Amino acid sequence: MFDLEKEFLYDLNKEVKTGTTVMAVTFKDGVIIAADSRTSSGSYAVNRVTDKLTPVHDQIYCLRSGSAADTQIISSYVSYYTNMFSIEEGSQPTVKKAAHMFREFLYQNKQYLHAAIICAGWDPIDGGSVYSLPLGGSIVKQPFATGGSGSTYLYGYCDMNFKENMTEEEAEKFVTYGITEAIARDGGSGGIVRKAIIDKNGVRRKTVYGNKLKKFWEK
Amino acid sequence: MSGIGTGYDLYPTTFSPDGRIFQVEYAHKAVENSSTAIGLCCKDGVVFGVEKIILSKMLVEGTNRRVFSVGEHIGIATAGLTADGRRIVQNARQEAKNYENFTSDIIPIHVLTERLSIYVQVFTLYNYIRPFGCSLMIGSYDEEKGPSLYCIEPDSVALGFYGCAIGKGKQEAKTEISKLKLSEMTCKDAVKEIAKILIKTVHDETKEKEMELEMSWICKETKGKHKLVPKKLIEEAVEWVKGQENEED
Repeated sequence: MFDLEKEFLYDLNKEVKTGTTVMAVTFKDGVIIAADSRTSSGSYAVNRVTDKLTPVHDQIYCLRSGSAADTQIISSYVSYYTNMFSIEEGSQPTVKKAAHMFREFLYQNKQYLHAAIICAGWDPIDGGSVYSLPLGGSIVKQPFATGGSGSTYLYGYCDMNFKENMTEEEAEKFVTYGITEAIARDGGSGGIVRKAIIDKNGVRRKTVYGNKLKKFWEK
Repeated sequence: MSGIGTGYDLYPTTFSPDGRIFQVEYAHKAVENSSTAIGLCCKDGVVFGVEKIILSKMLVEGTNRRVFSVGEHIGIATAGLTADGRRIVQNARQEAKNYENFTSDIIPIHVLTERLSIYVQVFTLYNYIRPFGCSLMIGSYDEEKGPSLYCIEPDSVALGFYGCAIGKGKQEAKTEISKLKLSEMTCKDAVKEIAKILIKTVHDETKEKEMELEMSWICKETKGKHKLVPKKLIEEAVEWVKGQENEED
């Protein structure tokens, strides 16, 4: 028998998670990061225009997946420390530094957290870098990274289509189509595609609205 | 017994009428009683030299260290109460390690200096803990930024130097250092020059007991790591100084 309370209303009391798709890819001049815009609480979309591209420093961003509360608080801690250090040292922080700070927080508090982060950006020492920090608190530097519930649908796509040293256009297409595909296949992802291009000149943000998303095989 | 600061010099929490904190100034005196230490920024690195008075023939050579490593890339030379110096070095090592754990980067020397300076300053604020009775020279070498040398005094003032001396003979040493062309000198040359200043200018053979030279460097040759200068080089430097003496006679 269908019990309204059990089946449907229970969902509304679940923790707010960003069932998500996020991607970051390095290209010739820097990195491009992209994400969908759905924050869900069970089957209710709490926010359909979420901005999951969170700035940590001028040219360092992080992509958040997992518990919205956990990832928000950690990214504000890391943002605080990177700002403090860059003032103390008088130089721009490297993406490596920010990523390793994320790792410290995620690993030391792993019992309490459900958070996975992709830290990506540009710095004058290493150029564009992407660091993947999955659930347990490990850190891996990668040429591209995907995260969130929708990322499972993108492993094949990424392996087939990624090339080193892409141009900005190629890289933009790579991430846009990736997120679009994940939105189509993953129930936890949806809405619009938000992108940011980070290179030596700074950050340029772009959005692709729902009706402009390319339609892949659909009947 | 009346002295300069009578009445205003009991605690660091009291200013004198002319705006001085006598306890901190007395801490400087503790540094001035100790044997001299010199630090030089050369073309390709930083060299430290310390004049160590041998208190007893029973002491093992190399004991009673006055230069310390912090991380691998920073060296600290102390003058004054050695125990106080060791305490600050412990703190420096803690700071360096925490920084590295948190950010996966080695701590830049000017950040470490700033933090040590703040640490030393805290002890000049209260009446139940005394200021540190030691000065420190902190040095490091980086391929891109070149050599760096800072000196922290008991009043926590930290200044950057090309060449610096602390301790009993610092005035004479500083005069000699100002005659050197540091930007053109290599570390190997600096070892000789420091030996010369410490043995001839600063150390008084008639008044004091024998001395031992403790020298360390951070340079291109050591790949940016703080190491003790090899014993052979120190011996060669001492020979060279003796040769110079004979020439002058």
